[in-house]
Amino acid sequence: MVIALIILGLVVVTIVFHLLSPWWLTPIASNWQAIDTTIEISFWVTGAVFIAVNLFLAWVVWRYRKHGNNKAHYEPENKSLESWLTIITTIGVVAMLTPGLIAWGKIIHAPDDAQVVEAIGQQWQWTFRFPGEDNQLGGADARFVTPENPFGLDPDDPEGQDDILVNSQRLHLPLNQPIKLYLRSNDVLHNFAVPQFRVKMDLVPGTETYQWFEPTREGEFDILCEELCGLAHYTMRGMVVVESQENFAQWLSEYPTFAETQIEKTADLAAGKKLYGNCAACHGADAAGNEMLNAPNLSILSADYMARQLRYYRDGIRGAHPQDNIGKQMVSMAGIVSKPEDERNLLAYIQSLPAIASAPTREGGNAKAGAAVYDVCVACHGAEAQGKGLLSAPRLAGQADWYLYRQLKHYSMGWRGTHPKDQFGTQMRFMTQTIQNPERLDDLLAYIATLAPQASTELSVSSTGDDRL
Amino acid sequence: MSHVAIADQEAHLHHPKTFIGKYIWSQDHKVIAIQYASTAIFVGLIALVLSVLMRLQLGYPDQFDFINPNSYLQFVTMHGMIMVIYLLTALLLGGFGNYLIPLMVGTRDMVFPYLNMLSYWFYLLSVIVLLASFFAPGGPTGAGWTLYPPQAILEGTPGVGSGIVLMLLSLAIFIVAFTMGGLNYVTTVLQARTRGMTLMRMPLTIWGIFTATILGLFAFPALLVSAIMMLFDTLAGTSFFMPAIVSLGEPLEHEGGSPILFQHLFWFFGHPEVYIVALPAFGMISDVLSVHARKNIFGYRMMVWAIVIIGGLSFIVWAHHMYVSGMNPYFGFFFATTTLIIAVPTAIKVYNWVLTLWRGNIHLTVPMLFAIGFIFTFTHGGLSGLFLGNVVIDLPLSDTFFVVAHFHMVMGVSPIMVLFAAIYHWFPLISGKQLHTGMGKIHFWGTFLGTYAIYLPMHYLGFLGVPRRYYALGDSSFMPDSVHSMNEDITLAAIIVALFQLVFIFNVIWTLRKGPKSERNPWGAASLEWHTPDVPPDQGNWGDKLPTVYRWAYDYSVPGARQDFIPQHVPEEDVDYEPGGRKSHKT
Repeated sequence: MVIALIILGLVVVTIVFHLLSPWWLTPIASNWQAIDTTIEISFWVTGAVFIAVNLFLAWVVWRYRKHGNNKAHYEPENKSLESWLTIITTIGVVAMLTPGLIAWGKIIHAPDDAQVVEAIGQQWQWTFRFPGEDNQLGGADARFVTPENPFGLDPDDPEGQDDILVNSQRLHLPLNQPIKLYLRSNDVLHNFAVPQFRVKMDLVPGTETYQWFEPTREGEFDILCEELCGLAHYTMRGMVVVESQENFAQWLSEYPTFAETQIEKTADLAAGKKLYGNCAACHGADAAGNEMLNAPNLSILSADYMARQLRYYRDGIRGAHPQDNIGKQMVSMAGIVSKPEDERNLLAYIQSLPAIASAPTREGGNAKAGAAVYDVCVACHGAEAQGKGLLSAPRLAGQADWYLYRQLKHYSMGWRGTHPKDQFGTQMRFMTQTIQNPERLDDLLAYIATLAPQASTELSVSSTGDDRL
Repeated sequence: MSHVAIADQEAHLHHPKTFIGKYIWSQDHKVIAIQYASTAIFVGLIALVLSVLMRLQLGYPDQFDFINPNSYLQFVTMHGMIMVIYLLTALLLGGFGNYLIPLMVGTRDMVFPYLNMLSYWFYLLSVIVLLASFFAPGGPTGAGWTLYPPQAILEGTPGVGSGIVLMLLSLAIFIVAFTMGGLNYVTTVLQARTRGMTLMRMPLTIWGIFTATILGLFAFPALLVSAIMMLFDTLAGTSFFMPAIVSLGEPLEHEGGSPILFQHLFWFFGHPEVYIVALPAFGMISDVLSVHARKNIFGYRMMVWAIVIIGGLSFIVWAHHMYVSGMNPYFGFFFATTTLIIAVPTAIKVYNWVLTLWRGNIHLTVPMLFAIGFIFTFTHGGLSGLFLGNVVIDLPLSDTFFVVAHFHMVMGVSPIMVLFAAIYHWFPLISGKQLHTGMGKIHFWGTFLGTYAIYLPMHYLGFLGVPRRYYALGDSSFMPDSVHSMNEDITLAAIIVALFQLVFIFNVIWTLRKGPKSERNPWGAASLEWHTPDVPPDQGNWGDKLPTVYRWAYDYSVPGARQDFIPQHVPEEDVDYEPGGRKSHKT
């Protein structure tokens, strides 16, 4: 009795929920309207079956519940009823399947005039490649990956030389231009998904996959990785920016070709030393930093990491938060080396200085407990906290602990890592949120301190390959 | 030939005298069934706790110190693996299969009792190895229950050292256990049915378990080889599934392997696995509906053929789990078509369940409530499968909460509803006592309404595009704040559902200790298992002489018969008909 009413009620609740749900397909931004149409048809068919079966169920339970001397009917089979139901079901299935298969036929065949783009996934970041003037992507393979060639392009393939490398998680695409997006992974499975485009496809190491779509709406759309790719899977985010052809061309022209990234650039240490005079006041002549002046240890950092941070300061990506007064100082300082060769000379000079580990200043942390916290850091920053150039993860061991503490705080407060162009800051924001208890921060720093060689000893700074211009 | 020579010679069966022989190293299918069932329910409770932990993180991100991205993925992985393999498969086949097959087909035991006993002990060993991974350095694997390489065996995934190795070992041991049990079930059904028990007189429970076991015997080897190959990849450095890789900045030695090969092997097992769970559930629910509606199952022959056809088709739909895997896109046409075809026999089963109730005499007992609940949840879960099976719709929905909602409705909640229906239904046979009805009803309403509150909104989060297996959602412009508050509500519902299971556990303990003795056939069931000389059945099940079967298992409310059911072993001439009464259906 009650169950009949409840089944009826659940049907009503389900319909009402469906109609009032604030959660529904995102407004479409690609040409794949056919997918939405197939979903709509499926909703009508399955909705009708859902309502019919359950209303009938509710009625039957109410009507034929045990009462009085009620006796069940004895009818083992009813061939015609069973045949009719089979036929109607088959018609419903065909109604859903046909538009689906027709749409699939279009989805797997990219048009010939599609713009070719490649998305590359690695734990846990996106980068992109455009084919350059010859409109051909050069060969690429994980086996070619080196710090100097992080995209893994075949150095001997002439077609790859003019490929444009976009070392950023932001992909710009021109409006109303069919895009054939090749997908490549250098490590594990990933998946390139933009909810508003509807299509998605895995990236499979060892092979290349693709998807195609035509962006039909200007705007910024999240790229999500939707194939579990390890502990930081959820931080593997990117952004597609759909814009006019002119803006897109302008954006693309800012990125170097593969050949350009492979040119060895020489640096003038004397010029660098001169430039460093501007930095030495705070960071010290030995670049080992100064807590009193809030200046971190530069001697242990890689040139690539520092180059990226200087760019972030100049472009308003770091140090732009109104309350980040220390960062603001760096914004004006970074402007001093806005010329690429100045920056190169400066960083070469800093690199030429011996790496000096900072002495720990914070107390009270439990290194043993900190080791457990470091579990989520180890994949990128390394077992020795030495940093990994290919993952753009800076060295932590030997860095001043008060500086690390402040940066972790800045991440968790949103002072750093909130800018949409801060490729790795977003990830660090996610990761700092895993540390809920402030005591854990000190545990973590105490653990990292155990990884650093004794203060004032020299470390080797690994060279890294990204952020080349 | 449906009966074997040993049938009537009870003396040949082994008769243990000691406690250990009777209850520990027992070869009695009923004891083994209870061992299987208690172990499965025990690990199932662990998996339930894991699901609550994972929901806590999703509902209240960053509130709990002990949940980090590593442990979250470990909860997700172990919850899924335990529920699918170590609870559902083990409980439905090792538990109910073992208990019901010999009783329902009228034999004294499984045909290979010793192998049957070994099957349980291997299963227990696989559970111990599985649980050991919680205490291994680095903890259990967090690769997701699908264990996709390369990620499953590389740094950056929790449990990469020993967790994944123990997981694969445990699966391999489980498959050995399943094979020993499975060969028994199939052989027993084919060779040891009692006189008169033709295949087309078997209860649908047996048809479901029998077909599912055949599926398992064909499907599990694919998982076994993939587990062994992955063990080689991780321990011996082979490259079955491993192409050239730069893992977290370090180039690896592997070269030339294919991650998609693993997915084909995994889903060649994994899809039939859905039906390994579903078919016994289909069978058991058919019997529960028929008994408690006092009406024959509607369209018995169609139901049998639907089970067999679904079982067959389940081997050619596996790649619908791989539409976005990067396999050859032309496969999409084939697998979408086969997948949607499978909807037809499945829909027929749903219709026939409802039509069994139609013009019945429905006793709204606790098993019946769970059975009606099952029809609702299974209809819902089956229909949402038509979205995912239709290849183009899978593109936006794959790896979102829609998938989570779909497979929990169809493969989580629905089989659980059947399991509860079955436990409440057969408890008097197994223990001689009937579970408390009031507590049973509270348990039902909490579970049925609670799970729908969990999963209905999840479908819609999936339409929006909320991805699954995310430790935290972060800020995304397409996700409104309401997503986060809904996640909180879903977590609350999950906790409530988990708490309602305590009512069930209490009911079982209370009933076993203090519950009144039940009648010997309290529901008036016609199938053989309720008609043993002793209830609960004794060793050897049938006393001196095996029963002879004269009819199908569904002679309920036969016109003219004074009693509203005619047991399977009653010959037509012994039926008490009213004068001029009609004869029963000829089977």
